[in-house]
Amino acid sequence: MKCRKCGATAAINMRHHRLALCGPHFLEWVPEQAQRAIERYRMFSPTDRVLVAVSGGKDSLGLWDVLVRLGYSADGLYIGLGIDGGVAYSDQSLTRCRTFAEARGLRLHTVDVPSELGASIPEVARLTHRGQQKPCSVCGLTKRHEMNRVALEGGYDALATGHNLDDEVAVLFGNTLNWSTGYLGRQAPALEGRPGFAPKVKPFCRLLERETAAYALLRGIEYVYDECPHAEGATNLMHKNLLNRLEAERPGAKLSFYLSFLRAREAGLFVQPEGELSQPEMHPCSSCGQPTTAPGECTYCRTRRRVREQKEAIRD
Amino acid sequence: MHLRQTHMTATLILREKQYEVRHGMTVRDALLRLDIQPETVLTTRQGQLITDDVILQEGEVIRLIAVISGGAAEP
Repeated sequence: MKCRKCGATAAINMRHHRLALCGPHFLEWVPEQAQRAIERYRMFSPTDRVLVAVSGGKDSLGLWDVLVRLGYSADGLYIGLGIDGGVAYSDQSLTRCRTFAEARGLRLHTVDVPSELGASIPEVARLTHRGQQKPCSVCGLTKRHEMNRVALEGGYDALATGHNLDDEVAVLFGNTLNWSTGYLGRQAPALEGRPGFAPKVKPFCRLLERETAAYALLRGIEYVYDECPHAEGATNLMHKNLLNRLEAERPGAKLSFYLSFLRAREAGLFVQPEGELSQPEMHPCSSCGQPTTAPGECTYCRTRRRVREQKEAIRD
Repeated sequence: MHLRQTHMTATLILREKQYEVRHGMTVRDALLRLDIQPETVLTTRQGQLITDDVILQEGEVIRLIAVISGGAAEP
C-alpha cells in the first residue's frame, strides 16, 4: 500500500478515512487533526497556557508532544497513584513522563497521592470500601480533584487530557446503553470552565488509539505499554472490544457514532430541564474549597479523612 | 507460549504469545484467523510500521503492538 501524499510505502492505513500514509506524512497528519479539533471545539487559543495530564501512556505523552510541536505553551502534570501491580506500574509511568519532559526541556508537575491522601490508591479503595473491590472509582475521584486543583492553582487556561476516539466512543456506548442522559449531556470534547472548575479539553477526541499509538511509535516516544493492572475486566474495555468488532465490519462506525452524537448534543438533544442533573447548585468544600454538590466536605476530602481515621484505628 | 506447527512458516508475536501462520496470506487475514481484531494492534516488521495488506513471507517475524488501553474513563 502506498502513501496517498507521496507514493512511498505506507506505514499506516486508516480504513475509516480511506487514507494510507507513510511515516513522515502521518507525523504531519496527526497534529493537523489535533489542531482541527482545538479550533472546531474552541478548546484554547495560541496564547493560552495548557496543562496536560500525563500518565506515561501513548495518548497523553503523544498529546503533549503534539501540543508543543504546534507551538502551544504546555506543561505536564503527573499524578502518582502508588500502583504497583507487581510491575512497579506507577514508578514506571513517572519515569516515562520525567524522561519525556527532561529530553524536551518541559515543565512537569508531579503529585504523589500516597503523600496527599495518606495511602496509595489500592489501599484507599480497601480502607474506604469504595468501588466494589476495584480502585478505579477512587482513582477517578482523586485524579479529577488533583487535576482541577493544579490547573486552578497554576492559573492554566485549559486542562488537556489524552482521551482518544476509542475512549470517547466506549463511554458514549456505555452511557447510551443505560440512557444516562445526565452523563450524555456532559460528554464533550471541551467543557467550559465554571467557578472552581478549570476548562477541560480533549484534543485527541477524533483520533483512534491505533493512530495515537502509531504516532508515539513513529515519534520515538518511550511510553508505558502495560495496561494499569486494575483495568483488567473493566466494562470500558469490554465495550472497546465490542466496538472494535463493529469497526472491523464497518470502518468508520466509531467516528460516525461519536460525531452524530456531538451533532445531536449541539442541537440540544441532551439538554436537561431547568434545575435537574446538569447544573446542580455548588458549594465550596469546607476543607479544600473546591466546588461540591452538598454543603460541607467534598467527596475527596471525606475520603482523605476516612483514610486517616481508618489508619489511626488500625494503629490503635 | 502458543505454537501451531503444520505447514506454517511466518511468525506473529503479540505480547508473550507467538503464533505461527502460513505464509502467502496478508497480515490482516492472519490476524482474523487468529481471532485478533486488526483494530487493536499495530504491525511492525524489523522495527518498522507496516500496513496489514502486506503479504507474509516465509520465515519472517512480525511483531504486533497492542494499542487498547483504559480502565474506568471519565463519564
